[in-house]
Amino acid sequence: MSWDWSVILKYLPRLLEGTWLTLELVAISGLIGIALAVPLALMRVSNSPWVRAFPFAYIFFFRGTPLLVQIFLIYYGASQFEAVKQSVFWEVLKQPYWCAIIAFSMNTAAYSAELIRGAIQAIPKGEIEAAEALGMSKPTQIRRIVLPRAFGIVLPAYGNELILMLKGSSLASTITLLDLTGMARTIIARTYTPLEIFLAAGVIYLLISGVFIGCFRLLEKRLNRYQHYRHQVPVELTKIDPRLQD
Amino acid sequence: MDLQGFGHLLLSGAWVTVKLALTSLAFGLLFGLIGAAAKLSNFRLARILGTLYTTLVRGIPELLLVLSIYFGGSMLLMWLASFFGYTDYIEISAFAAGVAALSIAFGAYATEVFRAALIELPKGQWESAYALGMSRPQTFFRIILPQVWRLALPGLGNLFQVLLKDTALVSVVGLDELMRQAYVASGSTKEPFTFYMAAAFIYLGLTAIATASTMLMERASNPVSRGSRA
Repeated sequence: MSWDWSVILKYLPRLLEGTWLTLELVAISGLIGIALAVPLALMRVSNSPWVRAFPFAYIFFFRGTPLLVQIFLIYYGASQFEAVKQSVFWEVLKQPYWCAIIAFSMNTAAYSAELIRGAIQAIPKGEIEAAEALGMSKPTQIRRIVLPRAFGIVLPAYGNELILMLKGSSLASTITLLDLTGMARTIIARTYTPLEIFLAAGVIYLLISGVFIGCFRLLEKRLNRYQHYRHQVPVELTKIDPRLQD
Repeated sequence: MDLQGFGHLLLSGAWVTVKLALTSLAFGLLFGLIGAAAKLSNFRLARILGTLYTTLVRGIPELLLVLSIYFGGSMLLMWLASFFGYTDYIEISAFAAGVAALSIAFGAYATEVFRAALIELPKGQWESAYALGMSRPQTFFRIILPQVWRLALPGLGNLFQVLLKDTALVSVVGLDELMRQAYVASGSTKEPFTFYMAAAFIYLGLTAIATASTMLMERASNPVSRGSRA
């Protein structure tokens, strides 16, 4: 076996092209995913069993089947129906790019909805009751109290979900997209240097996850400031009662 | 759902999926225990290697791992074999590559689960076993492992679900498991939606069975529900 560093250097621009597509897929489907996840999570905590049924079935299906099946169902499966092929949706569904985005968004929506549900249920009951006592309507409560609080609680877990999505985005290569993994496979088909190119791709994935983790640490510090805030007791008060010190 | 006589093909694929998942689980648990032991070791080098293992493997996609082991593994093996004077072509089977990739990935996550469980166990458990004259391996297998098992079970159950779904990735390198058979069937019938949906329901069934057996095992490992007075 001959190890060839120059092949990595030579194809690095192509790999970075693939990296860009990977980031694009993660960013777009992450945003759509959150937009879908919030209403799903709110329905999931509803008091009515009828409202709870749909998000339950949705989450059960998307968390219980492999992402690869979901991608293939959308990309290959849609072409089975003449009605779909005749409709306006075909413009979108015949492109692997949009199929990947649809599959990733729906998949991450299911996982994120479950995380947001946990966060909503973790909000101390007193805060909701306080909002009610102030006469807030249900939508105002959700907008001003429930969602901002849930957002702070869900953040660390969502960071993990984002990294899982980054790793899942490599499946885009199975439907001919040239994301980082797809690009690596194309290069290897030409040069037959799997170890070098896969190593380079792996390092790029690691760097991206590292950046994600760092960003989420910062965001967490900022959004959950109250947890890091050290309460300062005025000096006069500590003279009255020394127990108030710290 | 009309499967047009391809039902048995899907079932045979499902059987390969189950075999792949269980084999990877066995190796993955082993990697997880070794990883946790390394991360909690007194030796600095072992701790560094353990951290390196979990950080690297958890940061790269499982698909990339499957592809590198399948395509890169045979090159690596041939290179190693050349030192022993073996120069013929060595090929890694898709099943072996799948087991290797999935168990390495499972092991990295299991390392964290086992580590958390080992830390949670009171130190007195080790000390009292030593005081009774047990050796280190005896203590580990008789006192520590049964208790760690109970603490780690919920986390391991979740990881097994992930493993079960990740087996679909091995279809990319041509192993005849459920996903690949659905691909073959949809290719010859021109009904991809039907067959991928059928595959999806089989995966749902498998994950449901996995969840149920994890719950049973959790109950069996809990002394309270077993009726003992622990």
